[in-house]
Amino acid sequence: MPPWLDDFLWTYQNLVHALGINGLLALSMYVVLAVGQLSLGQAAFMGLGAYSSALMTLKLKLPFLLVLPLSVVVPVAFALAVGVPTLRLSGVYLAIATIGLGEVLRAVYLNVDLFGGALGLSGIPQRAETWMIYGLLGLAVLALWLVGRSGIGRAMEAMREDETAAQVMGVPTARYKMGALLASAVLAGLAGCLSAHVSSFIGPNEYAFEPAVTILSYVLLGGIGTPLAPVLGAWVLTLLPELLRGFSDVRLVLNGVIIVLAVLFLPNGLLAVRMKRIGA
Amino acid sequence: MTPLLEIEGLSRHYAGLVAVDAVTMQVQPGGVHAVIGPNGAGKTTLFNMVSGLVVPSAGRITFAGQDVTGWPAERRAALGLARTFQNIRVFAGMTVLENVLTGLHTRLGAGLFGTVLRLPRFRTEERAAIARARAALDLVGLADRADARAQALSYGDQRRLEIARAMAPEPKLLLLDEPAAGMNPAETEALAALVRRLRGFGTTVLLVEHDMGFVMDISDTVTVLNFGKRIFEGPPHAVRQEPAVIEAYLGHKVAARLAEGARAGVRGAG
Amino acid sequence: MLAQQLVNGVLLGATYALFALGFTLMFGVLRVINLTYGFYFSAGALLALWMTRAGWPIWAALPAASLGAGVIAVGLDWVLLTRLRRIQAPELSSLMVTLGGVLALYSAATSWLGPDIRRLPPGIVSADAFQFGDVRITTAQLLILLATTILVGALLLLMRGTRLGLAIRAMAEKPDAAQLMGIDTGRVAATVSFISGCLAGAGGVLIGLNFNAIHPYMGEAMMLRGFVVIIVGGLGDIRGALLAGLALGVIEVMTAGYVSSGLKEAVAFLILVVVLWTRPAGLFGRAVLRRA
Repeated sequence: MPPWLDDFLWTYQNLVHALGINGLLALSMYVVLAVGQLSLGQAAFMGLGAYSSALMTLKLKLPFLLVLPLSVVVPVAFALAVGVPTLRLSGVYLAIATIGLGEVLRAVYLNVDLFGGALGLSGIPQRAETWMIYGLLGLAVLALWLVGRSGIGRAMEAMREDETAAQVMGVPTARYKMGALLASAVLAGLAGCLSAHVSSFIGPNEYAFEPAVTILSYVLLGGIGTPLAPVLGAWVLTLLPELLRGFSDVRLVLNGVIIVLAVLFLPNGLLAVRMKRIGA
Repeated sequence: MTPLLEIEGLSRHYAGLVAVDAVTMQVQPGGVHAVIGPNGAGKTTLFNMVSGLVVPSAGRITFAGQDVTGWPAERRAALGLARTFQNIRVFAGMTVLENVLTGLHTRLGAGLFGTVLRLPRFRTEERAAIARARAALDLVGLADRADARAQALSYGDQRRLEIARAMAPEPKLLLLDEPAAGMNPAETEALAALVRRLRGFGTTVLLVEHDMGFVMDISDTVTVLNFGKRIFEGPPHAVRQEPAVIEAYLGHKVAARLAEGARAGVRGAG
Repeated sequence: MLAQQLVNGVLLGATYALFALGFTLMFGVLRVINLTYGFYFSAGALLALWMTRAGWPIWAALPAASLGAGVIAVGLDWVLLTRLRRIQAPELSSLMVTLGGVLALYSAATSWLGPDIRRLPPGIVSADAFQFGDVRITTAQLLILLATTILVGALLLLMRGTRLGLAIRAMAEKPDAAQLMGIDTGRVAATVSFISGCLAGAGGVLIGLNFNAIHPYMGEAMMLRGFVVIIVGGLGDIRGALLAGLALGVIEVMTAGYVSSGLKEAVAFLILVVVLWTRPAGLFGRAVLRRA
């Protein structure tokens, strides 16, 4: 690697990591919006992945090669617990239950000693590398793109447009919704594990309301026409506070305003691109 | 002949209202079977029960030899049941070809694994599906619009798209929900020609329609509903003259007058 | 001891019920899950804080802050939701837009005022307490009881005994028919927003009083309880919200007292999940929102 790149990556290491991780989180939201559902559980799933993997590393002393895949277990379990009852009801229930999940978990992390309380968990060895984050991001984008250009991708878009008509075509909508929620939990859980193992510290306030809504703003800004769009939305909103100092104070306000503007005026996001859905 | 679709004692109650009242009906394979009746007669509710969008309060539905009464809509598609909607429900943001391809969903078995890895089964199925989709578009005359966005099509073309989407998997039974709604005479004529072509594909058609000319023109059997009950069933020419049907549509005074006029040898209207 | 816990629980539950009432009213009548609702709660508390610091007594600040929150509610509703109502957007759109709106509002308030927890000026409510046998009730708690009873009573009177109440109930059942009957649905909608805002604002002042802690994000912490209460009680069901609110208050206090204080949110959420699994329509469920 050329020395200038090395220097650049070293100085901006945190930012580079954040871009990758927020990209994964954006995809985790994308996958759910792509089937027409609204889940706000990505931050909660990320927290579950972060805490469970940190504990596996710190207390069980497991090697990272095992910890990374195992970090999805707890998020997936919670996704099932919340998804099974709500997916057969109107989408509003899933949204509400997932907002609630984040809050409840925050209270649990704060009050249960195992999770370190208000101080969180620190001293997590930095086992994750930049290439792992971007490798996973790349794979996820590729996989979602390949799925998008297929019968499954068509079924997902159909469900989003008109769920009843899709059912009449034979699309098993309940199964796809659950699948999307589980995929979302997997992506967010992995993001949590990677994040915990690059920043050596995690705390209870990182995975509740504000990050959950911020992730939504990434996807509403970027759009859901292709899997790359939400990632770009995440990158813009992660870079902006860095590039414009003093922006960080109003970062959250901006995210909120973006959501409002996107829903009212730009339902297709900034990049109103739509991918072809034919796989041959 | 074993009926393709058999409805026995099918009912649907809502609080304080009986929409469909113990209707029994059989649809024989081959041909066009129409269901007519004044507004509020229960035709759309009946259709929704047959396609699995509304759960019956009582009764049984047997399709292609299977009791499908409790089945959700998505399971029925695999057996060969397809339907169009009264207020056209194409997938607006998708292209015409993609719309028709969604109709073939039950024919694509490759699964997540095969899709992501682009295994041979996926590729073959996708190519076959595209070919079938194009054939369906040829059938309805939309082959040249394959890459247009569905929302860019005219109303009449969207209706044809819906039919292509429903026909792509070569269903055994096609439910057409008021296909002629909102069409002018020329379009209705073209639609009738299209429906006649469908018969040649081994697809039985069950349709709900208000346009009497259309119905009489293309149906083999007509079932008449009123207030949720079946009041008559028979070939088109018999339906026209049946007093119960006339009364249902025109009311009992007019029916009585027409009957008198017919008896006095005066040709009545219609 | 148990009696004391019960009393504390009922009083806490009364504020939960008050909070949930406005929320469920908005849902039942306007068919929106309006997440800015939590902000009305915070706004009420913050307004009361400002007023009492300026020297107003509590019996003036409470209604004034409540009305102020109502006005804010009408304004926000107009900005965020009118367009969506006009184009008959799906309910998830109103959820998203109010979600974004409330994040912007909370963070703007925090930026402006700082995240510190503030307290109402000491002595705003007399520190006396009343003893009824084993049970001790502070003046603040009595105020809560009085205020909640008055507000709930007024709401029920409005809904059952006035023409406006009738119009609101008509809109809740069949908005199109209501419009055809000559009901000005736009004005009724604004009135419902106003009433909900007042209820939330009053709840904010009372909770701020009860726990002696006020900060901009306090509405957000209440939202979980709000969700639990409206889902357990049945979306849009007033009686259900009352009962579920009271029950939740008691359960939370009991959990804090006999199990652990930190797990009270977990209990609330557990109740939510159990209800969603078993009886999603809630205790008195009229109709569950099934997929259309």
